[in-house]
Parts: sequence; C-alpha cells; structure tokens
Amino acid sequence: MQLSAEGAERILAALESVPDPEIPAISLMDLGVIRGIRREPPAVLITPTYSGCPATLVIERAVREAVDAAGYSDVPVETVLAPPWTTDWITERGREHLRDYGIAPPPKGSASMTLKAGAPVACPRCGSDETREVSRFGSTPCKAQWQCRACLEPFDHFKCH
Amino acid sequence: MNRDFFPADTRTDSAPHGAMFDYLLRLGDDSLILCQRLTEWCGHAPALEIDLSLANIGLDLIGQATLFLNFAGAIEDRGRDGDRLAFHRDASDFRNCLLVEQPNGDFAQTMARQFLFSTAQLGLFEQLMLSTEPRIAEIAAKGVKEVRYHADLAADWIVRLGDGTDESRNRMVVGLDWCWRFIDELFLVDDVEAGLIEQGIAVDRSALRGAFDARLSSVLADAGLPAPVYPRGVRGGRAGRHSEHLGHLLATMQHLPRSYPDAVW
Ligand SMILES: [Zn+2]
Repeated sequence: MQLSAEGAERILAALESVPDPEIPAISLMDLGVIRGIRREPPAVLITPTYSGCPATLVIERAVREAVDAAGYSDVPVETVLAPPWTTDWITERGREHLRDYGIAPPPKGSASMTLKAGAPVACPRCGSDETREVSRFGSTPCKAQWQCRACLEPFDHFKCH
Repeated sequence: MNRDFFPADTRTDSAPHGAMFDYLLRLGDDSLILCQRLTEWCGHAPALEIDLSLANIGLDLIGQATLFLNFAGAIEDRGRDGDRLAFHRDASDFRNCLLVEQPNGDFAQTMARQFLFSTAQLGLFEQLMLSTEPRIAEIAAKGVKEVRYHADLAADWIVRLGDGTDESRNRMVVGLDWCWRFIDELFLVDDVEAGLIEQGIAVDRSALRGAFDARLSSVLADAGLPAPVYPRGVRGGRAGRHSEHLGHLLATMQHLPRSYPDAVW
C-alpha cells in the first residue's frame, strides 16, 4: 500500500494545529517531534524529546486523533528513535511562540555545545541578558529554571539538547 | 581483559535466551534500579530544585530502561515486555551492577553514586552508539545526551560539597568511600559480553576505565578531595548475586503489580 503525495500533504496539514500537551503554546510540528510521513508503507513518524518523556503517549494519542479526523485512520503512527531529537529541530516560529509564552527558547545550533558553555539566555519578558540559572531542571526534563536579574522574574529555559 | 570473574555455573540460568538477552537486561536493569532509588528522594530532597533534578534524572533513566527491556523481551520472544520484566522477576534474575542498588544514604552519598555511575554510563553509551546492533545504537544515541547532563550535574555537586563546609566535605568523603568497592564491577567483562564484543554489539567495558579514571581525578581535584583508595572490589550483580538491598527495593517497586496482577491505570 502506498500513500499519495496529496494524502501525505493532507495529513501534515491536519497535524499543523496539534499542540504539545505540556507546552500548548507550541505545535508538535514546530517542536520537531513529527518527523514526517512515510508513504510506503504509510506511516506518520514521531520521535520522543527525551527517552522518558511522560508526554510521549499523550502525543501519540493526539497525533492519532488528528490523523483519524483527517480521514486516514488506516495510516499507523510509528515512534522512531533515530536520529535522536534535538532542540535544533524547533522551528523559528516555534521559538517565537515559546518566547511569547514566557519560556526562553534554546539558541539555534546550540545542541552540540556543552551545556555549561552556553550563550547567555535572554529573559523572555524583558529581553535582558542579565540572567542566571536557578536550577538545572525545571518543571519538565526539557526545561531548566532561570531568573532575570533585571526584571527579577523567574522563567523557564528550554534546555539545549 | 578480565573475563573470568564469574564461574560458569552461575550463568546457566540465563543461557537459554542467549547472551544478547542478558546484555540488554544489564543495560536496562542498571537504569531501572537507579531510577527506583532516585524516586525515594521524591518529596524528601534538601531543596525543591534538587527534588526536581533527581526526579527528572529518574525519568530519563526509566525511559532508557523501558527501551532496553522492551527490546530484551522482543529478543527473548516469550511474550514478556519491559513492564513484565521489571515487575515480575525475582532479585536473582536482575542483572544490574551492585552500585545502583546501594541505599541512598544522605544527599552526598546519593550524588557520589550518581556521579560515578553516570560518568561510567556516559563512556559506555558514547561507544554503544556505534554498536552493530542498530536498536542498541539508537537507544544509546538517544540516551547519551541525557546521561551527559546527569554526569555534569552530579560533578557540580561533588565539587560543591567537596569544596564546601567541613561538614559537606566530610559527608562527600564518606559517600564516595561507600561507593569505591563497587567501581571495578562497572568495567568487568565476562563471557556473556566477550562474545558480543567480538560481534561489535557490546562495548569492551575494560577499555573505558582510563577515561573514567581521568575524569574522576579531575573532578576530585576540583573538589579538593583525596584520590580514591580502592578496597577489594565486590561483584556479582551481572550474574544475579545481589546485596540484600535489592530485595527490599524490589519489594517496594513490585508490590502492587505482584499483589494485583490485573491492576491497570
Ligand atoms: Zn527580565
């Protein structure tokens, strides 16, 4: 069985509006966890952010529902590990949405850098670079807790990965 | 290379499923058991930030364990998945190293154990990414970035406590002292792994010791802590000979699924 190019486009279009369950400000497409559509044999390919990301099952279900709603319930959703997800796959639009939501996005191309040598993180509220790490882990494995010295607000930083 | 630590008869119970199954249990059980230990800190850590860190490290580890154990179940082909393997095996069927099952002790001992394990696991995963078994390679490639973060975070705490107050320094010295006897086992190669190493599936752990020692020396120096004095090593975890601590850990971890096998949530 083969999926038509048009069918693949329709599925992708349906997935554009599916939000990440933990950070609804960003879509799964912009987060880079939807790896694409395989046309033969047909499958929607998704990848987890972290090995143990608890949202993985919820993401799979959300993708399943969107693909069903688009009329492609016979196309399976497949989880792939390779190549491993990196924050470099977060789109520009995704980064803007994160910032608007109050989460400092990871700088582009940062995934290969060591974590300690990272560039200064700009405060998502006032834009100041005068910020400091409070905790290496935040509310989820993909975020760290930071604080702005200028406006004093705490904020989440989406870690380079 | 040391390949003669386990007498042949201690391995017969795992022979029917082959070395590959055993190797995957070793990889998965290390992560699973350490995760279970870290969850004991949940709600008890010295600060909220540390609570979050330990729980999130545990989350990464449970993810790795799930991937390795599900694959082990598929290789075994007897209908057991990762959950079944985690919750319905007895202590003697676990293949984790002894270090990860050791009690948390205080926060210093927990971070000492974390630093030593994560640093060894990092070296292992960096090489496992090149495994000729593609599934192992991709699980390692997925996990290696997580493990690097764990090793870095733990190294920070070794320095912070070692180079802190007299009290924190003493505690870190005691914490590390508790761990030294379990380090040799992390780099053991036995017959189960020797065959897999020849096929390029497994990594020769003994070859990772040099880089581990170098990293350890550097962090201990930063922390102003003394170089390790290794007592006689304790081993046996890879052959299912565990300390009494594992039984207690499993009693907690497996209680619910064993008492109520059909429970779901
Ligand atoms: Zn600010």
